[in-house]
Amino acid sequence: MKLMHTLLGAAAAVALMTGSALADKTLVYCSEGSPGGFDPGFYEDGTTQDVQLAAYEGLTKFKLGTTEVQPSLAEKWEVSSDGLKYTFHLRHGVKWQTTDWFTPTREFNADDVVYSFQRQLDGKPYDSTQTYAYFGDMDLPNLMTGVKKIDDYTVEIDLKTPNSPFIADMAMPFAEIISKEYADKLAAANNAAQMNDKPVGTGPFIFVDYTKDASIRYKANPDWWAGKVKIDNLVFSINTDATARLQALLAGDCQVMAYPNPADVASIKANKDLTTIQESGLNAGWLSYNVQQKPFDNADVRKALDYAIDKEAIIKAVYQGQGQPATTLLPPSMWGFNKSVKGYPYDPAKAKAMLAKAGVKDLTVKLWAMPVSRPYMPDGKTTAQMIQADWAKVGVTANIFTVDWAEYLKDSKPHDRDGAVMIGWTGDNGDPDNFFTNNFGCAAVDGGNRSEWCNKDFDALLKQAAEETDQAKRAALYEKAQVLMNDDDPAVLIAHSVVTMPMSKKVTGYVIDPFGLHHFETVDIAQ
Amino acid sequence: MLRFILNRLVLVIPTFIGISILSFGFIRLLPGDPVDVLSGEHTMTPERHAELLHQFGLDRPIWQQYLDYLGRALHGDLGVSLSNHHSVMEQFLQLFPATIELSVCAMIIAIVLGVVFGMLAASRRDTWVDQITMGGALVGYSMPIFWWGLLLIIVFAAGLHWFPVQGRMDLAIFFKPTTGFMLIDSLLSGQKGAFLSAVQHLVLPSIVLATIPLAVIARQTRSAMLEVLNEDYVRTARAKGLREGRVTAIHAFRNALIPIVTTIGLQVGTLLAGAVLTETIFSWPGIGKWMIEAIGHRDYTVVQGGLLMIAIMVMVVNLVVDLLYALINPRIRIQ
Repeated sequence: MKLMHTLLGAAAAVALMTGSALADKTLVYCSEGSPGGFDPGFYEDGTTQDVQLAAYEGLTKFKLGTTEVQPSLAEKWEVSSDGLKYTFHLRHGVKWQTTDWFTPTREFNADDVVYSFQRQLDGKPYDSTQTYAYFGDMDLPNLMTGVKKIDDYTVEIDLKTPNSPFIADMAMPFAEIISKEYADKLAAANNAAQMNDKPVGTGPFIFVDYTKDASIRYKANPDWWAGKVKIDNLVFSINTDATARLQALLAGDCQVMAYPNPADVASIKANKDLTTIQESGLNAGWLSYNVQQKPFDNADVRKALDYAIDKEAIIKAVYQGQGQPATTLLPPSMWGFNKSVKGYPYDPAKAKAMLAKAGVKDLTVKLWAMPVSRPYMPDGKTTAQMIQADWAKVGVTANIFTVDWAEYLKDSKPHDRDGAVMIGWTGDNGDPDNFFTNNFGCAAVDGGNRSEWCNKDFDALLKQAAEETDQAKRAALYEKAQVLMNDDDPAVLIAHSVVTMPMSKKVTGYVIDPFGLHHFETVDIAQ
Repeated sequence: MLRFILNRLVLVIPTFIGISILSFGFIRLLPGDPVDVLSGEHTMTPERHAELLHQFGLDRPIWQQYLDYLGRALHGDLGVSLSNHHSVMEQFLQLFPATIELSVCAMIIAIVLGVVFGMLAASRRDTWVDQITMGGALVGYSMPIFWWGLLLIIVFAAGLHWFPVQGRMDLAIFFKPTTGFMLIDSLLSGQKGAFLSAVQHLVLPSIVLATIPLAVIARQTRSAMLEVLNEDYVRTARAKGLREGRVTAIHAFRNALIPIVTTIGLQVGTLLAGAVLTETIFSWPGIGKWMIEAIGHRDYTVVQGGLLMIAIMVMVVNLVVDLLYALINPRIRIQ
């Protein structure tokens, strides 16, 4: 068996090197940037996560194209009745990848799981300049109190408080499992840092090479427990300019590309040599009033200004149609989305009337516009200008304010800041709790809750929903929360953006990931 | 001659200190600190913010940070990238050959064509040859690099498929680099088609990068030649009965070299600026693209270290240019 694998591996390597000796199927993906590294614990950005998820896997995964959690390296799991203990039953027969620099002597087991989480709990990475950033951002150092091996294929994780989103957290990139044997071998050779340069995973693709800022190469893992994928080689070709990337796709240098310019989407869709798929992203963009500042403490004023904004026009102009109006904080693709909440459709007459009734005259608002393009908001300045024009029609003056992104994020948080702030969110784990708690929970005031809005009933619903284990019951609670938030209107919800993936007509099987990551295990390419 | 060299070398020290202060200070003048950029919309707890600031050494007084940076730079340690945590010096050395290869090719094109066109224009002054070459130079100088690069890609790469759109090598060909210079490595790899692929990938980016320096060198050559062609010794040469070609190419040209060589030396700086845009458009993995992304991420260490290394390179080139003067013009040697 091992000889066979060596031969296959050698054949693949030779094939890679001579190009087309075995008529290999190679998929080239034009990616938008360089990865930071290959250790799943260190990085939070999508560009890096993309390259890691080709090689690694976690205990759970999201069913491709959805936010539904499914088994991956864990075949099944149980939660204790108090919600504090998770017992994972690991899959048997999962092989660690064999590469030029590492040959495993055993299969995947509980030691690897315990190692992967314990190192993040300990918080002392082999590279002292790094931190386990995402683990920290999801508050796991507080939530997870311990991880222990019960036997070779059973692991128990203990939580401090019951938390239903936890199982979705396990499907996130930072929770991908690394090989303890590989880590130990590197540590013994005083070369722990190689974990961040040359990954060894259990996943569908085996890392071959990274040429800095140019390309990342993978070959298919013939031993993947889910079955070898249809393509033989996967190459990420890095190109940071969206226009040049599109030219590469059109020239056939790559078969799939990421992040086209919104302005090019119309011509891409019209191009008969390309297939274009679109999917609503797991994100939302909004304008947060400061509800602790007059006159925004008056809900009628907030609602009036909300009615005054023409969101459809913004979607047409700014999102170039690549978006849909947001009626609630959750995007329609998420479970728990309440479709009966109507939001505040454009009605300038009503806005004027409500403002007059509230006794608001000569109102001037500092309108914060973001300086960078974000997935939920492609062009903050133009959006701000449109809002300014809309508000002018109802007699409200807006002064557009912008500052460097890092400053913007920092200075917009304090509860005594002046004005309304444009901001947004991309979901981390496909759980509604992630959207609500980080952005509108009481604990997030002076932080991510830029509306500085603290509603006790709303918070109580969030807490209840986080502890409830039955998803249908949780969905009902979140639907209530959306109604409550809509009735108080602490923020103008603007849009959810739509993700567009152009690809060659030869590519089949590509599924868009709502989290903005790029998966290739289901892809095939016609020769 | 030796004294001349020593004099020039001594000047390097204050220049280096000045550059180190500027490169250290420049990135810090930009608002926003790198820690804030890291977690994006996620809220970082104040403890973690302080912890990261401490890790990056950004909580120390500015003069201390500077001295630490300078001290380590002198040992070749430029620190670690704040965004991907890999050694700055290591990344620089990995990416630098790509920029050098592109710049050298561009410079060769710019010098050869620039000098030839300039000389042609000067010797055929006020004729259509002069007007076309100088008009072309003006257009080349005025075109935005980004636009020019995209135009060439759309026409010759995506359109006619004569050249590739991006990168340095055909993705189907794979070998481990030895020198980092694709032209050399492709020959060393012995793989069929590798060298040709390397050349093909170099063509469009080199043309784009060469355009502005070519234009400047052409115009400078023309004006330097015109000045010299009016000198008495040129008239003497003609009076002696020498062929016009020999008069221009040898007697006049040699004396026009000083301003031309100066211009070439100065164009190295332009090349590096152009490299940033050219590398981005053609996805050429060099230090230009690396630097521009680092600035966007507020990656202090990369920007500091990168600027310092680039400035040193430019200093070295200018030193070589100055030494060349002494070779070209004996009068400078004697001074």
